[in-house]
Amino acid sequence: MADGSYLKGFGVTFKKLFEDRVTGDYRGGKGLEKGKPDEKRPKADRLHGRHVLNRYEDGMEKCIGCELCAGVCPAKCIYVRGADNNPEAPTSPGERFGYVYEINYLRCIHCDLCVEACPTQAITESKLFEFSFTNRSDAIYTKNELLVGDDGKPQQLPWEDWRDGEDTMTSGWMRATSPAGDHRYEGVVHWAGELGYGLRDPETGQSAEANDDEGARPAASSVEHG
Amino acid sequence: MTITDETPETVDGAARVRQRGDDAAVLRLSEAQAAAIGTDATTPDDDERVLLNMGPSHPSTHGVLRLMLEMEGETVIRSKPVVGYLHTGMEKQAEQLTFLQGCTNVTRMDYASPFFTELAFSLATEKLLDIEVPERAVWIRMLMSELNRISSHLLFMATNGMDLGAVSMMIYGWREREEVLRFFEKVTGLRMNHNYIRPGGVAADLPDGWKGEIEALLELLPPRLEEYDVLMTGQPIWRERLQGVGTLNTDEALALSATGPILRSTGYAWDLRRDQPYLAYDEVDFDVIVGTYGDCYDRYAIRLNEIRESMRIVEQILDKMPLGDYRVQDKKVTPPPRIRIDQSMEALIHHFKIFTEGFKVPEGEAYACVESPRGELGIYMVSDGSSTPYRMHVRGPSFINVQTMPHLMRESLIADAVAIISSVDPIMGEVDR
Ligand code: SF4
Ligand code: SF4
Repeated sequence: MADGSYLKGFGVTFKKLFEDRVTGDYRGGKGLEKGKPDEKRPKADRLHGRHVLNRYEDGMEKCIGCELCAGVCPAKCIYVRGADNNPEAPTSPGERFGYVYEINYLRCIHCDLCVEACPTQAITESKLFEFSFTNRSDAIYTKNELLVGDDGKPQQLPWEDWRDGEDTMTSGWMRATSPAGDHRYEGVVHWAGELGYGLRDPETGQSAEANDDEGARPAASSVEHG
Repeated sequence: MTITDETPETVDGAARVRQRGDDAAVLRLSEAQAAAIGTDATTPDDDERVLLNMGPSHPSTHGVLRLMLEMEGETVIRSKPVVGYLHTGMEKQAEQLTFLQGCTNVTRMDYASPFFTELAFSLATEKLLDIEVPERAVWIRMLMSELNRISSHLLFMATNGMDLGAVSMMIYGWREREEVLRFFEKVTGLRMNHNYIRPGGVAADLPDGWKGEIEALLELLPPRLEEYDVLMTGQPIWRERLQGVGTLNTDEALALSATGPILRSTGYAWDLRRDQPYLAYDEVDFDVIVGTYGDCYDRYAIRLNEIRESMRIVEQILDKMPLGDYRVQDKKVTPPPRIRIDQSMEALIHHFKIFTEGFKVPEGEAYACVESPRGELGIYMVSDGSSTPYRMHVRGPSFINVQTMPHLMRESLIADAVAIISSVDPIMGEVDR
């Protein structure tokens, strides 16, 4: 060890003293300057967070109580009960609506199969992942918590800490999976408008890639919905 | 495994690892026998051997591995890994879940390399279904696998450093791994346990701007790996802790069914990516890294260089990524595009059927294996023609590699036992599953 090469290792760690930190200033709200929130990384568009129940642009609920989400859930954590709409004052377009809707977050594994299964895009995921409950029944979110508010944004629960723009990104995974692997359906809107946001943009898909390299994109790039 | 002409003779190794009695490496002692030792006054411990329990909650046993060590002074004589503390019955659980839901379950086994279990599950299911996945799906799967190999080996760098006292290495390893996981999050929505590779393809296409992300990653990693070299590879302290520690030869490794870096460290070049190419591994160039001495240092160096090889593969994937569909367009397996649900009654019915009862898989048996960062990860699947597996068995590399531990530890110091556990790199979620 006479050559001192083990000192070089200290050199690596010493250099780090002068490099930028990769972590942000997150202290769980403690010890921060007044008014300065904890620093958080921007969330990925497709992040699977806690769910929201969407509404149409006219305010009607999207859920039709079909229980597909409950059927596909591998953790069996969704409980849905449908009921007939009151024809005078319907809750959702169509015959039925989700009368009871509960997700147990002690069981949910955030696989988002429910999002893929829902035929009406009623259930999608928000970017909120900070849960806090002190008893089991609080872990069960009901329609009260899940349904979006009148502005189309997820309801902010008292313990949830949001950053600007996060509450508007609520359907990334639904949009990413909606072409179901068929490239002709990429970059095309397949979903209904949402309260507060209207029609969300699709991801550009492979068209952007096809333009910048001369990759052989298979024929039939025109979309026929027939 | 196919036996070729070069397959070395395993008879010697087999005889050695099968040895029993006081001189063997494996301690064959039940809990009751262990508890009785020392309580019986008529049998004084005259051989000065001490039984020592390490784990299940010991920071360097990587999760909940427990080792029963028979010590003579500071030397480990015989040892016995005790597993099962994390057993959750995942293989049984698989029988309750449809083939569509199955990936959410298997991805939780080896949580450091979730894409590989998803991949093996999907390949086995696809064999039974007799379908061919579109090319883009194949290449996306390869891309995600190789990135996952990088992240998993980075995690090894971190824990191996930590176990040997290089605590800053732990932080660096996690830091780099996080960069890879951030890309996973953009693609799959989750950092771990993705449920992304599914029977029939992948769940979603790569997100906009994925190429740039990967290029940035490929630029970021090489200088960091060079730092690891300075911090560890070339370090006299590091070398002294690892070189010649926990050795195994090829005979023994083969007799113990060890795969992955453990087998390769003994100088035997066995890599399923090259020897039984799956996906499109025969279309990319890469080297299989082998060691010479079969010691902890070789295993460390193999993993470090495999990160570099994986980066080489990822670079080639970037150039060759084809365009097109990324899920098999078979109405019975893949749900229809969302818009079709509103347009066609038939599509709506398929959608409902796939998401409620799943798709049916023809009767039969299939075994599919992939080269995970820890070795051969195989899934053996039996279907009775329904939409859930009749039986699923996992050949987990961590589980099988754990049995090399007593042989690696034999006659080594207790301090080296930590280095050895670390260099086997077991993921207890997969060992116990
Ligand atoms: S994300 Fe997965 S586990 Fe959670 S409610 Fe949806 S289907 Fe169930
Ligand atoms: S959320 Fe969607 S899938 Fe679930 S019951 Fe409502 S409409 Fe059906």
